[in-house]
Amino acid sequence: MSVTQPVLSVRDLRVEFVTRRGVLKAIDGISFDIGKGEVLGVVGESGAGKSVTGSAVIGLIDPPGRIAGGEILLSGMRIDNLPPEEMRKIRGKRIGMIFQDPLTSLNPLYRVSEQLVETIRTHTNLAAGAARKRAIDLLAEVGIPAPDRRIDSYPHEFSGGMRQRVVIALALCAEPELIIADEPTTALDVSVQAQIISLLKRLGREHGTAIMLVTHDMGVIAETADRVAVMYAGRIAEIGPVRDVVKNPLHPYAKGLMGAIPSLENDTDRLVQIPGSMPRLSAIPPGCPFNPRCPFVFDRCRIERPEPVQHSQHRVACHLYDQSPVRSEAVA
Amino acid sequence: MLAFIVRRGLQAIGVLLAVGIIAFAMFRFAGDPVNQIVSLDTPAAEREQVRRSLGLDDPVPVQFVRYLAKAAQGDFGVSYQFRQPVSDLLAERMPATLELAICATLFATIFGVLMGVYSGLSRDSILAKVFQTISLIGISLPTFLIGILLIYLFAVTLGWLPSYGRGDTVKLGWWSTGFLTGSGLKALIMPSITLGLFQMTLIMRIVRAEMLEVLRADYIKFARARGLTTRAINFGHALKNTLVPVITIVGLQLGSVIAFAIITETVFQWPGMGLLFVQAVQNVDIPIMAAYLLLVALIFVMINLAVDILYTVVDPRLRTTIRQPT
Repeated sequence: MSVTQPVLSVRDLRVEFVTRRGVLKAIDGISFDIGKGEVLGVVGESGAGKSVTGSAVIGLIDPPGRIAGGEILLSGMRIDNLPPEEMRKIRGKRIGMIFQDPLTSLNPLYRVSEQLVETIRTHTNLAAGAARKRAIDLLAEVGIPAPDRRIDSYPHEFSGGMRQRVVIALALCAEPELIIADEPTTALDVSVQAQIISLLKRLGREHGTAIMLVTHDMGVIAETADRVAVMYAGRIAEIGPVRDVVKNPLHPYAKGLMGAIPSLENDTDRLVQIPGSMPRLSAIPPGCPFNPRCPFVFDRCRIERPEPVQHSQHRVACHLYDQSPVRSEAVA
Repeated sequence: MLAFIVRRGLQAIGVLLAVGIIAFAMFRFAGDPVNQIVSLDTPAAEREQVRRSLGLDDPVPVQFVRYLAKAAQGDFGVSYQFRQPVSDLLAERMPATLELAICATLFATIFGVLMGVYSGLSRDSILAKVFQTISLIGISLPTFLIGILLIYLFAVTLGWLPSYGRGDTVKLGWWSTGFLTGSGLKALIMPSITLGLFQMTLIMRIVRAEMLEVLRADYIKFARARGLTTRAINFGHALKNTLVPVITIVGLQLGSVIAFAIITETVFQWPGMGLLFVQAVQNVDIPIMAAYLLLVALIFVMINLAVDILYTVVDPRLRTTIRQPT
């Protein structure tokens, strides 16, 4: 174990869903690390496997889904094969999770105080009074005004943005090393989005929490993330520092994705579109999954699956950047 | 909250007035009440005298108001067949029916919720499938058949339980209870199961469906992501969220159990209000039928009110809607 051990390390992770029509590969061999205090943005279209990756890390893949291969390491400790009860103790304590919709994430029948105290007492041995005090501190930390009064409110008595703050406070209860934020701002107003993003950034900085930020909003990624992983059809197409990937994307899919961001500086009449749509999991083409839509496609792309290669600061899975010889035997 | 109760109270009075009209109308439409009271060979003059003494020569609205005023004071007139005040007859029979209804509802609720939670949590297990089958039987078999089958099995063949009646009862003031004697408790078992079986299967199916629904909710996923124990999630977070529909069903079914204990009481010769009602129908004893109608309406209205208040205890979101009427 080295000194600069990553908080989260995912190695060749594969997630499958066993259905009547066969085994669907939702995640097909992805690898990435997140360091202490680092924010990794995960982007991609719906169905690219972003949320499934998050669920796999926290051990909440529901049947018929299952982790079919690879390893997940939390601060060097393997967690993907832990017994359910051990994994439960890690959830909420060492890995926190924030979901998309704050309106439905909180149990409507319990006061915020009850939900916070319950979570705190599940993971620590604080007494009820001390847990309540910690709950009030947490609400103050996530920016809820007058937390000592608001704590006994019910979720429906908060606005959407305030509820998401409560959800974040709940994820922070036991000071986790890693927070998985699955589309944390998608359901919120734009003005509230900015507040939640800056809150997440501040918390990551102050506590050294690693954050995995799953979103389809490139604006949020550009503003928040240190590095970004672009996912396509269950694989990582490109991963690298956020400025590089946004300014100088290498993978044709990432190029298309960045081209689709409207910009105020360059006054373009039309936004770039990627023709076609992402393949269904049951019909992923052989070779590179992006090949039917790729403007730079050549023969090799239709036969051989591209493996991620290092290219300057990025890792990119594209034959355009792969100098290794063609593997003639490889037929997906 | 108080405004809500008052508003509901006014609605309840409206309902009871409507039922009162129907109950009163029975007197008029089921023939001349005087004929029911006097014998066939009573001379006309005497009939007129009875008619006047009962106030039956007054205009109909006047009679209606008088009927309501008396009913509000618990005076429902005199039974044609027993020549006793209807209120006394009902009061004498009510403990039997209420004790039976309470036992049946308790049986249905306890077993229904337990079986429903179990089959909601592990719906693919064999036991859950057995419960589903039982519930199908409970829903499709008519009450009287279940009663007769139980009597055949436990009273005739095995001889464990009495086949009819309440057993020994103890008087507590005017209330006669079967809870305090062994034979009274034994006599309660089969009628309670017969009466509660349908309710039990209904509750079980609703709890199961609600559990399946709630377990898919985001807040359950979030609760799991917070690392709460399975026990806390299933029984703290999930079960409580299934309660609102369950309370509705249990409440309304309690009303039905009281009102429709008639069949069970007939099968088991249970000396309750239902049996009294059946006898009243056979003998065209309209005062009893009318009083029974009003009583059942009153019970339903009161249970509905209690259910509405219970909602707000369970679900805080309803408290605000009640505080600010739309």
